[in-house]
Amino acid sequence: MAIERFPVEASHIMMFARAIGETNPIYFDEEYAKGTDVGSVVAPPTFVQASAQFDPDYFLRPKPGQPWFGSGGAPTGITREKREGEGSGAAAGGLHAEQHYVYHRHPRPGDVLTATVREGKSWTKEGKRGGRLHFSESVTEYRDQDGELVVTATGVGVRTEKVVEG
Amino acid sequence: MALSASNLKVGDARSQVLVEDLKRTQIVMYAGASGDYNPVHTDEVFVTKVAGYPSVFAHGMLSMGMTGRLLTDWVGDGRLTRYGVRFVKQVWPGDTLTATATVTSIGVTDGVPLAELDVVTVNQDGDAVVSGYATARLDP
Repeated sequence: MAIERFPVEASHIMMFARAIGETNPIYFDEEYAKGTDVGSVVAPPTFVQASAQFDPDYFLRPKPGQPWFGSGGAPTGITREKREGEGSGAAAGGLHAEQHYVYHRHPRPGDVLTATVREGKSWTKEGKRGGRLHFSESVTEYRDQDGELVVTATGVGVRTEKVVEG
Repeated sequence: MALSASNLKVGDARSQVLVEDLKRTQIVMYAGASGDYNPVHTDEVFVTKVAGYPSVFAHGMLSMGMTGRLLTDWVGDGRLTRYGVRFVKQVWPGDTLTATATVTSIGVTDGVPLAELDVVTVNQDGDAVVSGYATARLDP
């Protein structure tokens, strides 16, 4: 997954800030922000997660004309049979185990970021209730319009390997 | 207002209630803003009848985002140089979350005063839901 163009917009920052319960005017009030040492509206620390909006193929967004696994008339829009060893459909691709950010600076409205993703480390661990846990890192680098690194985001996902009984 | 290194010491801590009685609608707001529309967070029918959970649950990133409020309210805007968490436990509608950050060290790197903090967010039962760390740039 790569994101060719992630324009950081003031209204998107405002929506994101509201969603995490923010009332800090640094996220929506340009006049207020001018008077702070930051000097402008900035993005909250976890905002780059919203780059998913600019990934044309992001699999957790319903798309016109394509099947969607959420409910419609039936509890799921996906009618195919479960494959052996497949989970219940929850969080296809596994669960989010960890998230790490390194900030070189904080994005602000007007930035146009790009994101590239590479695989990081992977490891396994025995789960408490049996079944092996597979952890894998994905490292996303967000760069600005000048090619400068802005944020490095490392996500860790975990998948469980079900024990086959009998 | 950013923190000044001279006014901060190891062991200083701050707590903040992040949300009381988390509403499903707030989880939907986060889905809309972040772009993560996974039905396990947004679709009670899917999540109970197909995925087998008792109800929708919050995105881990919503808990991390809310926990970040405590950090930026304390250390100031645009001051974090690192922030990371482990998602320890799921967060459900109705949960009340409280975050606590504690200064673990204060130092100078390349001439920049930095504070290291531990952060943990617990639910109404006192169970950690996210646990992590942050580094913040201080004023001298």
